Amino acid sequence: MIRFVSIRLLRALVTILAVVTFAFVVLRISGDPAQVMLGPDVPQDAVDAFREAWGLDQPLWIQYLAYIHSIFTGDLGISMRDKESALQLVLERIPATLQLTIPALLLKLIIGIPAGVYAALHRQSGIDRGVIMLSILGFTIPSFVMGLLLVLIFSVTLGLLPSGGQGTWMHSLLPTITMSIGGIGLLARFSRSAMIEVMGQPYIRTASAKGLRWSDVVWQHALPNAAVPIVTIVGFMVGALLAGAVVVESIFSWPGIGRLLVVSVANRDLAVVQCILLLIAATMVVSNLIVDLLYGWLDPRLRGQAAH
Amino acid sequence: MVAPLIEAAALSRVYETRRGVFGKVSSVRAVDDVSLKVSPGETLGVVGESGSGKSTLGRLLLGIDPAQHGRVTFEGKPMPTFGTAEWRASRAKMQFIYQDPLAALDRRLTIATQIREPMDIHELFEGSARTDRVAALMAAVGLRHDQANRYPHELSGGQRQRAVIARALATRPKLIVCDEPVSALDVSIQAQVVNMLRDLQDELGLAMVFISHDLKVVRNVANRVAVMYLGRIVEEAPSDMIFASPRHPYTRALVSSVPVPGQPLKGRMILQGEPPNPADRPSGCAFHPRCPFAIELCRASVPELRPVEDLRAAACHLVDSANAPIAA
Amino acid sequence: MSHLVEIRDLKVAFDSVQVLHGIDLNVGRGEAIGLVGESGCGKSVTWLAALGLLPGKAAVSGSVRIEGRELRGVHRSALESVRGGRIAMIFQDPSSALNPVLRVGRQITEAVSLHRGLRGETARAEALRLMDMVGIPDARRRFDLYPHEFSGGQCQRLMIAIALAGEPDLLIADEPTTALDATIQAQMLDLLIQLRTETGMATVFISHDLGAVSQVCERVCVMYAGRIVEQASIAQLFANPRHPYTRGLFDAIPRLDGPRDRLIPIPGTVPDPRYLAAGCAFAPRCPNAAAYCDFQRPALDTLADGRHLACFNPVPPANSLPVRRKILEGV
Repeated sequence: MIRFVSIRLLRALVTILAVVTFAFVVLRISGDPAQVMLGPDVPQDAVDAFREAWGLDQPLWIQYLAYIHSIFTGDLGISMRDKESALQLVLERIPATLQLTIPALLLKLIIGIPAGVYAALHRQSGIDRGVIMLSILGFTIPSFVMGLLLVLIFSVTLGLLPSGGQGTWMHSLLPTITMSIGGIGLLARFSRSAMIEVMGQPYIRTASAKGLRWSDVVWQHALPNAAVPIVTIVGFMVGALLAGAVVVESIFSWPGIGRLLVVSVANRDLAVVQCILLLIAATMVVSNLIVDLLYGWLDPRLRGQAAH
Repeated sequence: MVAPLIEAAALSRVYETRRGVFGKVSSVRAVDDVSLKVSPGETLGVVGESGSGKSTLGRLLLGIDPAQHGRVTFEGKPMPTFGTAEWRASRAKMQFIYQDPLAALDRRLTIATQIREPMDIHELFEGSARTDRVAALMAAVGLRHDQANRYPHELSGGQRQRAVIARALATRPKLIVCDEPVSALDVSIQAQVVNMLRDLQDELGLAMVFISHDLKVVRNVANRVAVMYLGRIVEEAPSDMIFASPRHPYTRALVSSVPVPGQPLKGRMILQGEPPNPADRPSGCAFHPRCPFAIELCRASVPELRPVEDLRAAACHLVDSANAPIAA
Repeated sequence: MSHLVEIRDLKVAFDSVQVLHGIDLNVGRGEAIGLVGESGCGKSVTWLAALGLLPGKAAVSGSVRIEGRELRGVHRSALESVRGGRIAMIFQDPSSALNPVLRVGRQITEAVSLHRGLRGETARAEALRLMDMVGIPDARRRFDLYPHEFSGGQCQRLMIAIALAGEPDLLIADEPTTALDATIQAQMLDLLIQLRTETGMATVFISHDLGAVSQVCERVCVMYAGRIVEQASIAQLFANPRHPYTRGLFDAIPRLDGPRDRLIPIPGTVPDPRYLAAGCAFAPRCPNAAAYCDFQRPALDTLADGRHLACFNPVPPANSLPVRRKILEGV
C-alpha cells in the first residue's frame, strides 16, 4: 500500500512538472511581458531595465532552472503587476472560487446521480426519456450560452437576481447554477448507463432469485457495482474544482482565480499564471490519486493490481 | 513411415505476468517440453481442461506465438519467424480456425469477399478462377450460393463457422489447426460441422490438429489423441485405444467424467480437488495432488512421456510398474 | 395427487415475438426433472418467467402455482418470498453470477437471514455450515474472500450454498455444469445428486447435455422452439425416444465407444421464433414429416405408457434392436 501510494505520488510529481514546464515555455514564447506591462510607447532603456529586473534577459534554460529551483524552495515568484507574492494573490482568490464550485459540485451529485439511477431503473418511462433529453441539453449547451441565457431571463427580464459581482447569496445563485448544469447532465447520463449495465448482470438476477427485496437488490447489489464508473466522473469534477470556473467567473464578474487567470494571461503576468496552473494541476493530480484509491476500495478485483 | 508434415520438438512457452504495473512477476509455463508429429492427412486431437496449454500449443505449432525453446518443422523446413515475409507466405499452407466465428469474421465484409481474400493476398489462382473457387468452397462447406453476399451477422452460428472453414480452405492448405471449432454450436449443428470437417479432410488429404475439451467430439474426429495436463502431454495414443483403455490416471478421470446414461456416477473416478493453477505448478508430476494413486516418487520427479505399449505413450511413473492402476 | 409446482399454459413474448408457446409442467415433491433442448428452445425462459425474473419488456401469461398458490400476477413481495425460500435457482456462469464486490460470506449470510431470520454469529455459523456442505474446503478462512478469489467450480458450489440457505422445496439448476471443466462437471453432478438425497428437495435440471440429465433426473422434458415435444421417464426416453427431434438429438451426439462412424446430424437450423410455421415447428427438419405437418400442429398427448408426445409420425415404439443399442451406448 505504501509502495503503491509512493509510486503514485512520484508519478503525480512528474505530471505536475510537465504541466509547469509546458506553461513556462508557452508563456515565454507567446509574448513579451515587458511590452505588455509597459505599453507600446516606452523607451528601449526602460524595457531593458524591466527585463533585467525580472531576469528576462537571461537565456531561457537559465530562467527555467531558476524557476524550478524556486518552486522547490516554495517560492512561486512575484506578480509583475502587483509586485506582491503570486501565491498570496492566488490564495486570496481561492475562497471566492470555491464558494461557487463546491455548491455546484454538490448540485451535480445530488441531482445528477439520483436522476440517472432513477431513469435506469425505470427505462423507457416518461421520466427516463425526460432525463435523457434534459441531460443532453445540459451538457451540449456551452456554459457561456447558458450563463447569458440565465442572465437574460432572471436578471434582465424578470429582474429577480443580480447579473454579476460578489455580495449576498443571491449573487452566487446564477453562476452556481450555470456551472452545475453541464455536470448534472453528464453525471445523469453516466449514472444511467452504468446502472443499466449493472442491472443486466447475472449477479443481479442471482440477487433477485435469492428473494431479496427489490430495493435491497438495487441498494446492496447494484449501486456498489455502478459506483466505479460514477466515481471516475466525479473524480474529474473534483479535479476541476479550481479550473472549472474560468468561463463562468468571467461572465458573472466573479472575483475568483478563474478571472484572475484570464487577467494575468492578458497581462503576461508570468508568476501568477504559472502559480494558478500549478495549483490546478495539483488538484487534478490529487483527485486522480484519490479516485485510484477509491477504485480499490470499491472493487476488490482491482485491489490486487493496486496494492501488491 | 511417411515423413511428418509438421513436427514439434521440445516446445516450451513461458508467459510472464505481473499483478499490476509494479507487481511481482510470476511466470506461467503454458506449454512445457511438448513434442509431437502430424502426418499428411492425419488428425491429431488435443484434449485437456482450461489451463492445460492446449490453445497455446496450437498457436506455437503455427508460429503465431513464438516458442522460447524447441522448434517446429513444417515439410522438413524450420518454421519462419513470426511476422516476416516468409512467415506470411507460409500462411497459405497452414490455417487456424477459432472457436468464435463471429470474432474471426470481419462484420463489414460479405462472406464471399472474405472467402476470396486469402487467394487475393497470396495471389493464388487467376481472377475469374478465384470467383469460381469461392462458389466451389461455399458448396463444399454447405453454404448456399445465395448466401455469398450476406454479412456475418445475417448468418447463424453454424453457417458462420462454415464460412470460416471455407476461408481457411481457400489457399489449399496442408494443415489446419482448429481450436474448439464446434464448442459454441448446438448439438445438432455441431454434428453437421464435425461431419463436414471429416469429409473435407478425406477429400483434400488435409492434416488437422483438433483442439477441444469435448472428448466425444475429439474421438469422432481424430485418429490420434494427445491428452494435456498443465502444459505437458500426459498420454498419447490412437483415439480408439485411448478412450477404450486409458492408462494415465488423468486420462482415466477425464474419460470417466463423461456422463453415460444408465451408469451411475458412483464408482466412477471423480477427481477431488481443485483444477490446476498453471502459475502454481506442483512439483514432480503436476497431477500428483489430485491423483488417487500418487506415491512419493510422483512428488519428487517429473515422469517423462515414454512409449508404454505399441502406439501408446504415457507420462506416469505407475504405468507399467508393479502397482500400476489397471484400467477400470 | 397435488404437485409442488404446477405450470399451466405459460407463454412468454419479447417485443411481441413469442418464444414460449404454452408450457404445461408439473413438478412433484422431491422429484428430479430434466429440461433438455438446444439454445433458444425456452428451457431457461420457462423458469425465469415462472419466478418473475425476466426483464420488464417480457410479456408473460399463464399460470404458475406452488402448492396451489398462484404466482403469476401477484404482488412483487409475494414473489420475493417464494424466490430463494420455496424455489431457488442457480445459473450457468457461476463466476459472473456472484456479486464481484461483496464478500462471499456476506452473500450467503444475506440469504440465511432473509429466509431463516438468523442474525449475527448464528447466521455466520449457518453460512459456514452450508459452505462445508457444498464442499468448500477451509470455509472459515475463506468466508471473507471475494468471488474472483475462487475457481469457477467453487463459485458454483457457493451459488449452491446460497440456494440451499433458504431450505427450498425446489432447486432450479440452469445449465449448472456447462461452463465448467469436465472433471469439475463430474464433481458438480455428484454434489447435486448427493444434496438431493440429503435434503429431499425437488430438482429441475436444465441442460443441453442428455448424458448429464440422465445422471441427475428421473423424468425428462424435451423442448423445441418454445414447446415441450416429448416427456418421459429417463428409462423410457433413453430406451426408445419417440419424437423425431429427441431421436435426432441422440443420433447427433458422438460416442465414446463403438465405431467412429459419421454422425447423424439434424439437417437445417433451429427456427427463428419470428417466423414459425403454422404447423409443427420441427417439420422442416424432420425425416418423418408429412405434408400436413407443415400446417397442423400436433398436441402434446399422453400415451398408454405414460409418456407425453407431440408428433403425428413418431418413431415407432418397437424399434429395431441395433438402433436401440446404439442409442443406449451413444451418449
